[in-house]
Amino acid sequence: MWVAFKRVVRSGFVGFWRNAFVSMASIFVMTVALLVITATMLVDQLLGASLQNIQSKVDINVYFVPDAAQPDIDALQHSLEALPEVAEVTFTSREDALAQFEERHQDDELTLQALHELGDNPLGASLAIRAKETSQYEGVARFLDDQQAQEATQSPLIDRVNYARNKEAIERLTNIIKAVEKSSLIAMAVLVAAAVVITFNTVRLAIYTSREEISIMRLVGASNTFIRGPFMLQGVMYGLIAGILALLITYPIVIWLGPATESFFLFNIFAYFVHNFAHIFLLVVGSGVVIGLVSSILAVSRYLRV
Amino acid sequence: MIYFEKVSKKYNGGQSVALEDVTFQVAPKEFVSIVGHSGAGKTTLLKMLIAEDRPTDGAVYFESLNIHEIPKTKLPKYRRKIGTVFQDFKLLSHLTAYENIAFAMEANGRSDEEIAENVPQALSLVDLDDKGLNFPGELSGGEKQRVAIARAIVNQPDIIIADEPTGNLDPIATYEVVQILKKINDLGTTVIMTTHNKGVIDELGRRVITMDEGHIVRDDNEGRYAL
Repeated sequence: MWVAFKRVVRSGFVGFWRNAFVSMASIFVMTVALLVITATMLVDQLLGASLQNIQSKVDINVYFVPDAAQPDIDALQHSLEALPEVAEVTFTSREDALAQFEERHQDDELTLQALHELGDNPLGASLAIRAKETSQYEGVARFLDDQQAQEATQSPLIDRVNYARNKEAIERLTNIIKAVEKSSLIAMAVLVAAAVVITFNTVRLAIYTSREEISIMRLVGASNTFIRGPFMLQGVMYGLIAGILALLITYPIVIWLGPATESFFLFNIFAYFVHNFAHIFLLVVGSGVVIGLVSSILAVSRYLRV
Repeated sequence: MIYFEKVSKKYNGGQSVALEDVTFQVAPKEFVSIVGHSGAGKTTLLKMLIAEDRPTDGAVYFESLNIHEIPKTKLPKYRRKIGTVFQDFKLLSHLTAYENIAFAMEANGRSDEEIAENVPQALSLVDLDDKGLNFPGELSGGEKQRVAIARAIVNQPDIIIADEPTGNLDPIATYEVVQILKKINDLGTTVIMTTHNKGVIDELGRRVITMDEGHIVRDDNEGRYAL
C-alpha cells in the first residue's frame, strides 16, 4: 500500500514537472480564477462594511418636552431597549442638548443671543434609537406612536419623533441597501461560478492532452486508482500553487488599496486581509485544491470508462 | 489456451460488420500471424483479446475464462497477463525508456528490487542497454518499438499481442523487431501478431491466419503470405 502510494506521488510530481508547459498554463488560468474569487470576497467585505457604516448613521430621535420627568424618560428608554429590533438607545440630557446646540451655533451670534434672552433652557432631553436593520425603523416608529397615543390623556412626555421627516430617506436607503446586497450576491455567484467552470475546463484540457497516456496505462494493466492518483495529485498541486500565487498577487494590491479604502469606505482592506489571513488562505487555497482535485477526478474518469 | 468461439462484432446496429462468426484457437507457445487487408477485422480481433472491445455475439476465452465476463475491477489484473506492442509504439512520452518499462512493473505491483533487476535485463534483451535514460522523443522508430517490446515482456506475460509492430519501421528495424519476437516466442511466450508485411510472414514461417471482411479465409501452419 505504502509502495503504491509512494509511486503515485512520484508519478504525479514527474508528470507535473515534465509536462511543465501544460502545468504552467493550468496554474496561470487557475491563478486568475482564484484572483477573481479572492477579489469577489474582498469586495463583498468592503461592501458589507460600507453598508454597515451607512446604517450606523441612521437613527430615530425622540424629543421630550422640556419638563418631562426623568423616571418617565428612563422607563421609555428601557421599553425601547427591550424591543428585539433595537440595537442601541442613546440618551441626551437637556443640558447636553443645550451644550451641543451652543457648540453647533458658536459662530451664529444672533441665535446665541436669542437663546440667552429666553433665560431658561428651551430644549428637552432626547433619545437616539438605532435599529439593527434600516427596515426595522418603521416598527420602532409604530411603537413610539402608540406611546404618544397613550400619553394624550395624561401630561404629554414626547414632544416629537423625527421618523416621519426621515421616513422617505430611510426607506430609500433601505431599498438601495437591499438592491446592492442582492446584486452583489448575484455578481459574486456569477463570478465564482465562472471561475469554477474555467478552472474545471483548464484541468480537463490538461488531462485531455494526456488521454493517450491514460489509454497506455490501461493497456499495461494499471488499475484505475494507479492511473487516477497522479492526475489527482497534479490537480491538487495546480490548486495549491495557484492559490498561493493568487494570495501573493493580492498582497501588494491590498497594501496599495488599504489607505484609499480606509478614507473612502472607513474600512482598511489591508488590515482586514492581514487580520483574517488564515481564514482567507484556507478559503482561497482550499477552493483551488478542491476544484483542482474534483476537476481531475471527473476528467480522468471519462477516459477510464471501458 | 485462447479460444474465439463464433465471435461476431457489428457496429451501427448491425450495418457495419467487423467480425462474423470467427472461430479459432491458439495453443500455448504458438506464434500466430494474422494477415488481411485494412478493415479485415485484425485489430478488432486483438481488441477483443485485451478486453478493449466486446463481441456482439460469441465469446472469447483465455484459459477457460470468458474474457468479457471479467468484472471491470478485475480487468487490469487480466491485462497484466498480456503484453501489448503497437504500430505507434504507445510509449509514455514524459518517461524515459527505463521508466516506461518500470511503469509496467509498478502497475503490476512489483517491488523496487524486482524493478531494479528486471528492467535492465529487459533493456538488454532488446539490445538497448545504453538507451535507458533516453526519452521516446530521443529514440529512432526501431528503438521505440524495442522499448515497447521490452515493456511488454518485462512482467513475463503469457501472451504478447503485437498489432502491426513493424508498420512504421524501416527494413533493418523490422528485421530486428521480428528477431526479438521470435526470441521471445522461443523462450515460451505465445505471440499473436497482425501484419501487412509479406517479408515478415515469409521470414517467420509460422502459423498464418488470413482474414477478409471479418471472416477467417485461411488458417495455415507454416503458412506464407497469400493475399
